[in-house]
Amino acid sequence: MREFFERLGILTEKAIKTMGSMAIMLAQSVYYMFLPPFKFRNIFKQMEFIGVKSLFVVVLTGAFTGMVLAMQSYNALKRFGAESLVGPTVALSMARELGPVLTGLMVTGRAGSAMATELGTMRVTEQIDALYTMAINPVKYLVVPRIVAGVCMLPFLTIVADFVGVVGGYFVGVVLLDINPGVYIGRTVDYVNADDIFVGLLKSAVFGLIISLIACYHGYNTTGGAEGVGKSATNSVVTGCVLILVFDYILTSIMF
Amino acid sequence: MIEIIELKKSFNGKVVLDGVDLTIERGRITVIIGRSGEGKSVLLKHIIGLLRPDSGRILFEGKDITKMNEEEFHEILKRFGMLFQGAALFDSMTVGENVGFPLMEHTDLPHEKIGKIVAEKLRRVGLVGVEDMMPAELSGGMKKRVGLARAIVMDPEIVLFDEPTTGLDPIMSDSIADLILETQRALETTYVVITHDIKLTYKIADTIAMLHKGKIIEKGTVEEMKQNTNPVLRQFLEGRAEGPIKVF
Ligand SMILES: Nc1ncnc2c1ncn2[C@@H]1O[C@H](COP(=O)(O)OP(=O)(O)OP(=O)(O)O)[C@@H](O)[C@H]1O
Ligand SMILES: [Mg+2]
Repeated sequence: MREFFERLGILTEKAIKTMGSMAIMLAQSVYYMFLPPFKFRNIFKQMEFIGVKSLFVVVLTGAFTGMVLAMQSYNALKRFGAESLVGPTVALSMARELGPVLTGLMVTGRAGSAMATELGTMRVTEQIDALYTMAINPVKYLVVPRIVAGVCMLPFLTIVADFVGVVGGYFVGVVLLDINPGVYIGRTVDYVNADDIFVGLLKSAVFGLIISLIACYHGYNTTGGAEGVGKSATNSVVTGCVLILVFDYILTSIMF
Repeated sequence: MIEIIELKKSFNGKVVLDGVDLTIERGRITVIIGRSGEGKSVLLKHIIGLLRPDSGRILFEGKDITKMNEEEFHEILKRFGMLFQGAALFDSMTVGENVGFPLMEHTDLPHEKIGKIVAEKLRRVGLVGVEDMMPAELSGGMKKRVGLARAIVMDPEIVLFDEPTTGLDPIMSDSIADLILETQRALETTYVVITHDIKLTYKIADTIAMLHKGKIIEKGTVEEMKQNTNPVLRQFLEGRAEGPIKVF
């Protein structure tokens, strides 16, 4: 029993320390973000890496989610004769919830793990130390562009996912399930507000911050050679995914 | 030029540096020798500010670098170059970009000018036409050469070398030793080399210092060290398993 509480205490202490160091890294990043000189080239490179290169997987995820949503909500709504509401159901679910969350999870898997691996490798092969000895602040050079890119690109990817999801839903609803196209689009436009989309985008920006910060944190603090790099990648994906879901709940309950 | 005074450092209660005192003279090659795991890399990392001491001071031109803020220290770092044990080339960049990187970051020189300097430095370490290769395509010896070219690209006043010959064949080691001598003589740079390669030490050292049990136990020129009768030093220089240093 005592051992259990000791274990628990050690774990809690570790978790709090980790959160503290992450907060410090975030604070440093924000500070260096606004400190000249600005290196836009690095930011664009990361935007391409996080944004453009995730496009394909995000489109696929969005399309299939929209399609399956249409099918499931048709099934449910038909029971009380409200098939005409499939359109808004798909659009609202995508915009408010599934667009940002699924995009966040997919990007964590694709870009977050890759970022952690890259920075982890740079750490264990002393490339980060080398940057430092060349009078270049590694946080400014490595972490800031990734965080900026994450915060900017996640909303962009989410918009894409939303759009593709709605198109996929339209395809299933109108083409396969024979809902009247005018009704489908009309109802969607009636019931979905700009607010719904905006809430989703705000969430996704926060997810972008989480993904980049977690990946950079784990990568940057890698120890223990190649094995350590692997651990950092795994940790960044697991922590990233869990935190996205936790923050999804928190943000949703704030902006309900 | 650099004065290390009473430098102490422990990791998790394990004492690594236990009061190191060492003066590094301008324009000369100081070689710090010591066994694997004695803390040579740790000492070097203190000189360049990668690690903070638990206590003690490191004076650069009379000013304590351990107490400087980031801006001040960055100005000093620009006068330093460092060759890492594994070369630490950026593997997302080509060889040319690696060598030119400090110039790109710290100067406003046009690209063609940087290209010229890079080619010049690469030529000096015996490499021609490798600018567009990636570090992954290079052998260990080539990596060290590129690392050396990058370390001297800003014409630093001080260059630190972490085991420049470890993992290289004897011929390549000797050519690296020649390179160190040539590049140092050309510009009268201050070089600090840490190694356990005795052959390299004898070939390049102006001053040898031996790090043992967290302290500098002996220091002198090659001749003085060869005459020195300290049994620990003798055992190390002669590479014997039996003696005052116990392996197990
Ligand atoms: N960041 C660190 N955290 C904890 N311990 C460390 C750290 N860096 C070095 N050490 C410890 O300090 C000791 C000295 O390490 P160092 O790398 O300086 O040895 P070295 O003399 O350079 O050896 P080698 O010739 O093998 O490179 C080792 O026992 C190592 O475990
Ligand atoms: Mg070492």
